[in-house]
Amino acid sequence: MTLLLIAPMLASLCAAIVTLALGWRRITAATSVLAALTILGCGIALGFRVGSAPHVLAAGLLRADALSVVMLIVIGAVGTLSTIAGIGYIETELDHGHTDPAGARLYGTLTPTFLAAMVLAVSANNIGVIWVAIEATTVITAFLVGHRRTRTALEATWKYVIICSVGIAMAFLGTILLYYAAQHVSQDPGHALDLDVLTAIASRLDGGVTRLAGGLLLIGYGAKVGLVPFHTWLADAHSQSPAPVAALESGVLLAVAFSVLLRIKPIIDAAVGTGFLRWGLLIVGLATVGVAAMLLTVTRDLKRMLAYSSMENMGLIAIAAAAGTKLAIAALLLHVVAHGLGKTVLFLTSGLLEAAHNSTAIADITGVVVRSRLTGGCFAIGVMVLLGLPPFAMFASELSISRALADARLAWALGIVLLLIVIAFAAVVRNSVSILLGEPLPGSPAIPVPATIAVALLVGVAASFALGVTAGPLAALLRSAAAQLGLPQ
Amino acid sequence: MTDTGFAALTDTGFAALIDLAAGALVLAAVLIVWRRDLGSIIRLLAWQGAALAAIPLIRGVHEGDAALILIGVAIAVLRTILLPWLLARALGAEHRGLRDATPLVNTTASLLIAALLTMTAFAVTRPVVDLDPGPATAAVPAAFAVVLIALFTMATRRHAISQAAGFLMLDNGIAAAAFLLTAGVPLIVELGASLDVLFAVIVIGVLTGRMRSKFGGADLDALHELRD
Repeated sequence: MTLLLIAPMLASLCAAIVTLALGWRRITAATSVLAALTILGCGIALGFRVGSAPHVLAAGLLRADALSVVMLIVIGAVGTLSTIAGIGYIETELDHGHTDPAGARLYGTLTPTFLAAMVLAVSANNIGVIWVAIEATTVITAFLVGHRRTRTALEATWKYVIICSVGIAMAFLGTILLYYAAQHVSQDPGHALDLDVLTAIASRLDGGVTRLAGGLLLIGYGAKVGLVPFHTWLADAHSQSPAPVAALESGVLLAVAFSVLLRIKPIIDAAVGTGFLRWGLLIVGLATVGVAAMLLTVTRDLKRMLAYSSMENMGLIAIAAAAGTKLAIAALLLHVVAHGLGKTVLFLTSGLLEAAHNSTAIADITGVVVRSRLTGGCFAIGVMVLLGLPPFAMFASELSISRALADARLAWALGIVLLLIVIAFAAVVRNSVSILLGEPLPGSPAIPVPATIAVALLVGVAASFALGVTAGPLAALLRSAAAQLGLPQ
Repeated sequence: MTDTGFAALTDTGFAALIDLAAGALVLAAVLIVWRRDLGSIIRLLAWQGAALAAIPLIRGVHEGDAALILIGVAIAVLRTILLPWLLARALGAEHRGLRDATPLVNTTASLLIAALLTMTAFAVTRPVVDLDPGPATAAVPAAFAVVLIALFTMATRRHAISQAAGFLMLDNGIAAAAFLLTAGVPLIVELGASLDVLFAVIVIGVLTGRMRSKFGGADLDALHELRD
């Protein structure tokens, strides 16, 4: 099993080195696709072997459990779609003169490195190493966000690097405090940052110190998830990133950062009681959904709309985690998978529209359905996934989250959240209708669809449909993750 | 290891030295709040790095821990030479002696707020100090004070280099907390975290250079195009 965790990282790093050495070519870009497929394949293979108990591997450095498998599958699935579409994206950028061979090489090197960092973040057992991997994602993606080197891309990169680095630094302080508290009670102080050791001694940790640590960890990782109060970087960074990278950031990276909170929560809960993080998650979650809903109603930019919708969904996930029951955890993980696939389809289509119009302003993009059936159709399906319409999986996950909230006596929070989601729903529908069905502006350009992006879109749509019809073997994984992380009923 | 001659420090001497180092950390932070000349801010940052490196060195000598002494030396190289040099290089392209634009809060008020933040740090860290009282943990409020002052600096300064300096100060404070509380995190984490900080500062340096060529300066007020 150790091999199945190490192979994805090695494959990704090899792809990065190959592209760095040989420059951007179709063949080197294909190594990134292979690396992403390796992540997906190893994730699926682990899924059949992991069972219901966590496995600590490689002398306590790595960990394989249901949560890491679910996250590996999301990274692999979205990574595959994003790297395939990346080929068409970079070729278009080169044709339009937005980037040069050096820029393409940088893109092809950083993308698989980014995948490797996310794999490490979900499969490390030491919360210090997890922190290092999460901070590494910020550093690695900095030049991906600013790939176009325009003024706005630079502004977005600056905010992204500074706010995320400061936020995540708070999480490091929290990690140190947790280590301090753990050293105080552990027989094995050298391994006091390992998740299995921390879980075993959690109930004996000092309450005061752990509370401080938990607060800092929530704020710190919350910053990477895009939760209030450190959310201001998110829309800027995701709207300026190349579309395939935005898909990875919105669809996967936010969820990877959140998975760290899911891992830490049971430890903090055991030390200081379930109320502390429940209230913390509820407050930041509700505030995030609220801010996102308000911004969704005012934004006039397609990619910013998608970014705010990611904020809304992360807020919803935080609220589900606050409920914390087994049903809530399983539902929020299904939500993560479904959101990852849907958001990828949407960001990839928005990339096509951006390339055609040289703009992402909603006012510039109208009548897409009549101008390109493929683009319009995929966009429409993506929006339906995002809005939680049946038969797509977010319908089931949102319904289950609602039930979990009601079961956890958080009906008041459910009421507020439903109201905010309705506002967000209306805003997304209004903008999408104008993009898809509005009267095409005179002189609207054609919307060329490179073959690689078409493949990625169709596979993404098919996967979204499949996940909506049946979660298949994924259901068992979600249940064991929930059993490990959820509160006892 | 304790009888190899390293254990030359008496307990009182140890406590006094740790307090001195922690005091120097806070002093450097307050001076950074006071100064607006970017060159001297970077020099102060290097001094703060030296005070930070002194903590693992003092602990290492006191506890006879050779590994900790080595880490202290590495921290000294990174924080007093390498990182300030990278910042100075990012600044270098602009004229020396450049001053930060008027901060959002004036200097007198900033110094008062720094004092308030230091008091807050003592209040917040009460449970931390109480858990395991000793000369090292007693100095932890100083590390938290540096963290809070750094956050305040970053929130009120308007120049890219002063924000980067604030970020490094924040990191110094967090590293100080780590050395005071736990004699350092495990080596693999320490290495990874140091590399992350190094790369973050390199990225910030490159971005500052790009900002200068696009906006004709590194004043962050120019960053206002993305909004809803």
